[in-house]
Amino acid sequence: MTTLTALQVGSELENITLSPVTRLDLIKYAGASGDFNPIHTIDEEAEKAGLPGIIAHGMWTMGNLAKLFTPYVAEGFIENYSIRFRGMVFLGDVITLKARLVEEKEKQLTFEVIALNQHEKEVVKGQIDFVLI
Amino acid sequence: MLKNAIGKRSRVMKNTVEKGAVKKFAEAIDDLSPNYVDEEFGKQSRFGRNIAPPTFPVTFEFEAIDELKLPSKGLIHGEQSFHYKRPLFVGEDVNCFAEVKDYYEKTGNFGKMGFLVIARSGLDANDDLIFTEERVIIINEEVRKGMLV
Repeated sequence: MTTLTALQVGSELENITLSPVTRLDLIKYAGASGDFNPIHTIDEEAEKAGLPGIIAHGMWTMGNLAKLFTPYVAEGFIENYSIRFRGMVFLGDVITLKARLVEEKEKQLTFEVIALNQHEKEVVKGQIDFVLI
Repeated sequence: MLKNAIGKRSRVMKNTVEKGAVKKFAEAIDDLSPNYVDEEFGKQSRFGRNIAPPTFPVTFEFEAIDELKLPSKGLIHGEQSFHYKRPLFVGEDVNCFAEVKDYYEKTGNFGKMGFLVIARSGLDANDDLIFTEERVIIINEEVRKGMLV
């Protein structure tokens, strides 16, 4: 595994592609996070809310996206992590997580981070500042 | 009336970064790193202990902000951010409070939308800031009208 310090601006971390989203993933996330909004787990409730089916918690996707950086925790920590939710994630969707180094100043590395679905549509997009310590 | 809530804060609620809760959370995002769950590994790490995943504060409980009455349905989570002074340590107590940072309205394709910015912060035992998270909640016209009744 390479270290973050070895990265050049413009280079990417290794992508992670998640398994297709299952209902069990979302039930587990509901339990672990305490977010029991039923549009994430119960079809009828999602339909009542005008959705074609249940959708993943936005925070499930955001939580997953940060794990691109877990292998580098020995080098520092995530100082800032901000994202916009740009699209919904449905059951069966295959999400790919990406991070690209866009700026490097002293101890702070800024990455653009993106979660894409199988249609190459961005569902989450944002930025992570990783501080080296 | 949501504007009147700007600057209002909740009371403080103490949360503990529980070992079991961290493990369950890490499992739910399939990120079971030894940094989060292996005590021995944590001791050998530069933090000297286990840390929590960066989005873990979503599990914390907060007191309500009295002046802020929100419906349970029809809200859209538009944006989210976390700012850390240092990682959260497994086992530590965190004093948490929420604050209404801003409220503004914009007119777009879907009518007039409201944007509510809520910040939630966590302080350590010495009252030093560990993290602040901010969420932007989008409230559509229909839901907002319902709130005015």
